[in-house]
Parts: sequence; structure tokens; C-alpha cells
Amino acid sequence: MAEENKSFEVEIICPDRVFYTGKAVFLEMNTVEGRMGIYKNHIPLTSVLAPGIVRITEEGGMRKAAVHAGFVEILQDKVTMLAEIAEWPQEIDLARAEEARNRAESRIEEKSDQIDMARAELALRKSLVRINLANQ
Amino acid sequence: MATMRDIKRRKTSIQSTQQITKAMKLVSTVKLQKARTRAEESKPYFNHMYETVSSMLGKSENITHPYLTGGDSKKKAIVTITSNRGLAGGYNSNISKLIMNSGFSKEDVIIYAVGTKGRDFLSGKGYYVKEDYSDVINSPQYSDAKTICDTIIQSFAAGEIGEIYLAYTSFKNTVSQEAKLIKLLPVEIEPKKKDSSEKSVPMNYEPNEQEALDMIIPKYITSLFFGAMVESVASENGARMQAMDSATSNAEAMIDDLSLKYNRARQGSITQELTEIIAGAEAIS
Repeated sequence: MAEENKSFEVEIICPDRVFYTGKAVFLEMNTVEGRMGIYKNHIPLTSVLAPGIVRITEEGGMRKAAVHAGFVEILQDKVTMLAEIAEWPQEIDLARAEEARNRAESRIEEKSDQIDMARAELALRKSLVRINLANQ
Repeated sequence: MATMRDIKRRKTSIQSTQQITKAMKLVSTVKLQKARTRAEESKPYFNHMYETVSSMLGKSENITHPYLTGGDSKKKAIVTITSNRGLAGGYNSNISKLIMNSGFSKEDVIIYAVGTKGRDFLSGKGYYVKEDYSDVINSPQYSDAKTICDTIIQSFAAGEIGEIYLAYTSFKNTVSQEAKLIKLLPVEIEPKKKDSSEKSVPMNYEPNEQEALDMIIPKYITSLFFGAMVESVASENGARMQAMDSATSNAEAMIDDLSLKYNRARQGSITQELTEIIAGAEAIS
């Protein structure tokens, strides 16, 4: 068992580009049901992603990316993520994310109507994910 | 017979038109390259999306979901993707024609316009244009596609519309583009046939299937719409490139013709002058 290949294929695809393809031994992500870690031979599962940091543990090291919204299809030897937005830490504009956070926070404090609240909360979560990742 | 001056004036005017069409052709060639790369880059996302949705539907046959069965309303929403600029051959009129000939009665159709050309034409023909998102087509972004789809899906969920269609121009290659009308909602995907050779492991859904469908179908539609937008932009530039190419070569042919006429007229006038001089000289001697 020890020599067995533990890696599985990972694909992260965005609407405008193929964000990442490679092999990983462990994958961590945030879904609407909570955080989730995946090793090889996971049961087939389709889940909806929530804004969060995706950690891809490759044989040589770890990569992190911010992924907002989308869904993931997990098969035994392959994981496909269809992400609406995905960014590497170096692509994040920290100033913009902080501005977005402040805007979302002030909007939540105002408490206007319901749809606005849900949107503001989502925006806040997204900006926090970005800020977290960029500061790591 | 036209005088030399008239012919010359005409020729210069056509020459300057030719310069414009030539420049426009070059510009759209460059834009086409860019748009084509974008369209190709957005393909994998859509293909995966399609696969996932069709396998989801294949594995969950007895699901009844409003997204799959359609609404009760007779109203049909059509999202029309055209361009904001003209001079692109039949690009815009093909989309408009497609909607005119779709067999839907005018009263039942609600237009969501992307692109001013289609909007103006259809509202002129008496169609009801509900929303106008023409700015988006200048550089389509996924976030724009999402906003538009969310609005339309909301009206679908509220029962204002029963079916959603999308009219766009699919890009086959540089010289051939085809206007297409496809149905977005209710979703009509051939559920993936279960492959007997493949050992079928049941797919699990988290949250449950109903909720997962609720979230994934709008994403599927958005990806379809986004793909259609980038493809339409490629088609627009392809169509314009072709139109400008033929305009340039038509101008070339006209210039050739006029040059010939000009030279004939010039020669005619020289001959006439000569005969007059000779006749004058003979009269004196």
C-alpha cells in the first residue's frame, strides 16, 4: 500500500481560462456545507462551492487560491472544480478587496432591504477571503 | 459621356472609401483573433458544465423541477445578441430575421436585448423590449452574464415567463457564422445514457439533488449565455472582416473600371484637340 500512487488529478476551470490542472495528494476547499478535505478514492460527490481558500497539496508543496462560487465534481481519481472566479494570491488586488470589505460592512450596518443584505454579506465574505489569502 | 473631371472626382471618392474599408478590415482581423482566443478559452468551462449537468440528469431521472418542466406562462423571453455597430454584413439582420421567422407571436415575446442593432430593429417591428444590456457586448465579462441571467431567471421563477430562448451567432470558422435560436429554459439536455461497460458508481449530492440542481442549473445557463456572447463577438468580427474584404475588392474593381474610362476620356480629348489644331493649320495655309 505504501508505494501506491496517492495522487489524483485536479482541474480548476474558470469561464475565461483553465485556471489549474495538475496532480494533488490532498485538496481542501470550502463548500456550502462546510470545509472539506479530499484524498484519493473519495466517494463520487457533487457539491456547491462557497467563497473560500482552496489548498492544493501537491507532491512538491502546497498552492493556495481564492475561489468564489461554483461547484465541484469529485470522482475517485479526479476532481473538477468549475469556479466562477478563481485567483492566485499574487493576482489579488488587496486595496480593492479592502475597499470592498468596507463598503460591504457599511451596507450591512445600514440594514436596508433583504436582497441587499444577502448580497452585501456575500460581498463581505468574498473580500475577506481575498484579504486573508493575500496576507498569508 | 462623363467629363474627365467628373470621372476623376468619382475615382478619388471611391479610393478614400476603399482606404476606410481596408482599415476596418485590418481592425476587425485583429479583433477577431482576440475574440477567437477568448471563445476558445471559454469552451472547457462550458463543456464540463454540460457534462456535469447531463450526467446529473441522467442519474436522477424522476426529478421534477421547474427548471426542467417549464412554467405555465405563455410568455417567451428571447435574449438577442447582436452588435452595437453596423457594417458587419448580414450579422445583425440574420438574428432579427431568425426571431421574425421563429413562429412565436409578437405578443408572447419579451426581448432582452444585448446589442443596439437588434434592439432597434425589433422594437421598430413592434416587439416588446423589456431590458437593454447593450453595453455588455463591447467586452463580455462573466459577471455581466451572471447579472443578466439572474434577472431573467428571477422572472422565470416568479412565473412571468414560461420559456427562455437565446438568439446568437455561432462561430464555425472565419468565413462561416450561423445565427441560432436555442432554448435555455426549461433545460433540454439529452440525459447521458448509462454506459453498461462502465461500472456505475452512484453520484452523491451535497446539499441534496433538488438544491444542487437549484444552484447548478442557473450556473449552467449563465455559462451557456457567456459562451454565446464571446462566440457572437467572434462572429461579429468575422462577419465584418468578410464584409469589409469584399467591399475593398469591389472598390478595387470600380477603380479599375473608372481608370479605364478616365484614360479613354483623356485620349479622346487629346485626339480631338489635335484634329482641331490640324484643321486650323490647314485652313491658314
